[in-house]
Formats: sequence, structure tokens, C-alpha cells
Amino acid sequence: MNNGLIIQTQDLRKTYRLGKVDVPALRGVDLRVKPGEFLAIVGPSGSGKSTLFHIIGGLTPPTSGQVQVAGQDLATLTDAGRTSLRKRTVGFVFQKFNLLPNLTARDNIAVARYIGGAGSAPDAQFEEVLRVLGIDQRLDHKPNALSGGEQQRIAIARAIVNHPAILLADEPTGNLDTENSAAVLEILCDLNRRLGQTTLMITHNPEAAAFAHQTLHMRDGRIVEKT
Amino acid sequence: MTAKLVFENLKHKPMRSLLSFLLIGVPVTLILTLVGLAHGMLEDSQNRARGVGADLVIRGSGTTSVTNLGPPAVREGYVKFLGTEVPHVTMATGVVNHLVDFPVVMTGIDQEQFDRMSGGFEYVAGHQLSGPDDILIDRLYAAQKKLQVGQTFSLMNHNWRVVGIIEGGKLARIVVQAKTLQYLDGIQGIVSQIWVKLDNPANDDAVVKDIESRTDLKVNTMEEFTEMFSVNNIHGVTEFIYVIMGIGVVIGFAVVCLSMYMSVLQRTREIGILKSLGASKGFILRIILAEAVVLGIGGTIIGILMSYGAWWLIRTFVPASLPMIIMYAWWPIAGAVTLVGALLGALYPGLSAARHDAIEALAYE
Repeated sequence: MNNGLIIQTQDLRKTYRLGKVDVPALRGVDLRVKPGEFLAIVGPSGSGKSTLFHIIGGLTPPTSGQVQVAGQDLATLTDAGRTSLRKRTVGFVFQKFNLLPNLTARDNIAVARYIGGAGSAPDAQFEEVLRVLGIDQRLDHKPNALSGGEQQRIAIARAIVNHPAILLADEPTGNLDTENSAAVLEILCDLNRRLGQTTLMITHNPEAAAFAHQTLHMRDGRIVEKT
Repeated sequence: MTAKLVFENLKHKPMRSLLSFLLIGVPVTLILTLVGLAHGMLEDSQNRARGVGADLVIRGSGTTSVTNLGPPAVREGYVKFLGTEVPHVTMATGVVNHLVDFPVVMTGIDQEQFDRMSGGFEYVAGHQLSGPDDILIDRLYAAQKKLQVGQTFSLMNHNWRVVGIIEGGKLARIVVQAKTLQYLDGIQGIVSQIWVKLDNPANDDAVVKDIESRTDLKVNTMEEFTEMFSVNNIHGVTEFIYVIMGIGVVIGFAVVCLSMYMSVLQRTREIGILKSLGASKGFILRIILAEAVVLGIGGTIIGILMSYGAWWLIRTFVPASLPMIIMYAWWPIAGAVTLVGALLGALYPGLSAARHDAIEALAYE
């Protein structure tokens, strides 16, 4: 596997055990993503979108099948290896923003840099990104003093501060109004062009999916269509 | 950044943090107060023994306790024998001890002999003993019992008249005539101790050997006698302090365990966020342990401050009964005891947090 692909899965399966019942979440996913691509993943609830994200992002191991992310075989990766993947290779953006409520926006970004092993002062390129995100004047506020749009932009800044090769956005506009949704999607497109990061975005919104280069449709734990 | 995460979390829940500091401070205060009392009481006894001005202390052969609170056991006839028959002895005086209210002891003396040996008491008010019912009390006991010269009060079911208030530091806090105390205790002809003054303190070893070869008395030099007033030489005190330290560890453990367990529960989602950012199990555990260390250090500081509060209360209300001193040398020990308890208490919540499943933690509401 690899062939110049940044993400590649083959017959990827994941089964959760709930009590005494096995619940299959992924039933054989084959996925090939080139570096710099912007993919949207759509599908109904329970179709396996989030599980696919969690495996690609190293939050959980697959049950079977092959999955390579940035040249690393996640099927054989240890817990420490997956932690390292999240630290340097993958950045997450969540629907509920998931900022640390006790820290200011600046510290939320700094903590990601610290965990990633970078110095405390952001580099010049990142300072430019903060200006593009329009949050450079809001960095000393805590999340409860920021609007939803601002919080999501901080979350995006935090996700890319360590220059990950892959950005995984799980319904990034799910908690935002139309105006802020459009702004966040523009930012994701802009960052994808500007930084060349591979971006995978889960969404229920066809208008949001239209921002991506390609859309994958999932159902019952499988990719059923590419548009 | 770890420090920032820890301090911001403590700031975020100020009441939880404050209560944790206070509760962790309790065993620190307990340890420092009890150790301060033990050392204060023994140091006070040492100073009062030295204040007598004697070179040797003689006790009955059956005496086992340095505090001499058992029944008097030395025949008074030895006072005359020592004063006249033993070379190098310039004078001897017998005293009778009677425990009034632990650790306060009433001591019966022959004031004329005692004054010659010690140089006499320093009187804050009043004068020396003249009648059988006269009593001298030291300044701290007078303050504690709110007594003044001329007042009459009852002790041992006997009415005493306060004729003098003396500065402390010599022999006892309560002083009466030996004959009266012997009569009240029904021990005529018996004393608790005999204090002996030599022509030259350098002769003390020779005189000790001489007396011990000619009598069955237990003889100690003043240096030996005062050395016995140490925590290690008083049966049970060291063990008691160890028990209190153990309780300190247990309280520190329980408080931090509960506090950190609640904190970890409340921060489950935040732990998930940190894990999604690539935080390792070690990083999560480090944050929890660092918070426990801060709680331990803060609790130690609060505990030390509270021990000053205990010291002030004791000095104000029972200065004679409980002479407490501040033991600076025990601050790091009490701090270490608390930190051990805090770290042990943080271990389970910390490991529990480190083992959290990232996906479940992120879904936690």
C-alpha cells in the first residue's frame, strides 16, 4: 500500500461490543486519498462516518482490515504510536468545538503546540493564519466569551498549529448559523489551498459538501458512492 | 504549560480548591501542634529543672519516669545525710511533687534552702511563703486561672492563699511549703527528689559514684537529668507522633483522592480533548499529580498558618498547662507527610484519567 496516497484503507472493519451484542460500525471500507485532497463524507447517522474518522485519526484501532495514514500502518500501531499520530500527523475539528473551557483561546492553541512538542511562540506562518481566521484580536478571551463562529475558528487554529498533514473535521458547521458556517467552510477551503493539508470533512449539509473536491456517501458502514 | 493547566483548573473551581487546601492543612496543623506541645512541655520542664541551680538530682531507686509524677519515694533523712556526710556537697534540699492537673505540678519546698540554692524566685507581685497555707504561682498559671495576690482558692480540697506571683523558669508553676504538702498527701518524712549543689560541678561524676555506692538512690547529674526530657526518652510520645503522622497521610490521601476523583469526573471531556490533541497517558497523569502536589503544598502552607492559630489560642487560654512552641524543623516533615498522602490520593484518579477512552471521553456530557 501507499502509491503516493496519504490515506488508504482496504476492507476496513470496526465492530463495537455493547454489552453482549456486537455492533458493526464499519463493514469493509476501501478508501484512497491523495495528499492535499479535500473530501466530504456524508451519510445518515450510524453510517460509520465518525468511526472512520476515529480510526484514521488514531483515536481507536480497527477490528480488521488495513489502514495506512501518512505511511503508518494503523492496524499494527500501539496506543503510544496512535498518540504520536494525533500529536503530529492529524488535527481534529469537532462539531462542539471542544475547547478547554478554563483556558484562553491563546492557551488553547498553545497547549496543542506544547503537546505537539513545539516551542511556545507560534511561527510567522501561523500568525498569518490567525489573521486569515480573523481571531488575532480575540485570543485573550476564554471560550465562554466567544461566539460559536469564533470558537470554531479557534478550534481550527488549534487543529493546524502543529502543521498536521491531515485535518479531520467532524461536522464543523453543525453548531453554527448560516453566516458562520459559510465563513468556516471558506476558511477550511482556504487553508486546504494555502497549506496543502489533506482535509476530510463529515457533514450532513449538501451545501457544505459542495465546498469539497469530492464527496463520499456512506451507508451501513460502507462507502456506497463517490461524487 | 502543565503549570498553567493545573492553576487554571484550581482557579476554575475556587471553592473546591479552597476546601481541599483547608482539609489537607488539618493534619499539618495536627502534627505541628502536637509536636510543638510535646517539645514545648519538655523544654519547659528542662528549663525549670536548670533554674533550680543544682548539680545533681536524686530520685528514689524505684523511680522510672523522668517526670517524677509517681508517689514520692526518697526518705527525707537523706537530705541531711547528703548535706553533711558526702564530700563536695555544699547543700541539699528535698522537694515534694503532687500532680494537680496534668501537666501542672504543685511542688512543696523548704523555701529558705531552695532560695539559697537557686538564688530565689523573681516576684512579679507579693512575697515569699510564710504560712502553711501560702502558695506561690507563676505568672502564666495566674493568668490562666485569673488569680491575684491575696486571693484564696482551693486545690487538693485545701484552701490556699496566693502570697506571691513569680516569674516562671524555676522548679514549678505552683509552690507551697513541703511540710503542708507532705501532710496533705500523708507522706511525712518522704520527698520526691533531692536537689544537690556541689562545691565544683566538675566533681559531679565522683559524687554520683560516692552516693550510689553508699545508698540505693538513683543519682543523675543535671546534664543527664535534663537530657531525659526529650521526646525519645518519654515512653509513648514518639509512637504517638508516628500515629498522628499516619493519620495525616490517611487524611491527605482521602481528601486528595476524593477531590481529584471528582475533578477527573468533571473534566472527562477535557481529558478527551487533550487526548485528541495527542496527549499521552503520562501527560494526563502528570497534570493530575502536579495538581495534587500544588494542593499538598498549599495545604501545608495553610496548615502551618493554622498551627500559628492553634499556638495563639493555647498561649491565650492555657499558657501554663500547655506550653507550645513552633517547631520550624517539623515544617518540611509535616509537608512531606502531606505530599505523600496527596500523591497517593491522586494516583488512582490520575491513572483512571490516563486510561480514559478518548472517544468516550469526548462524548461525555
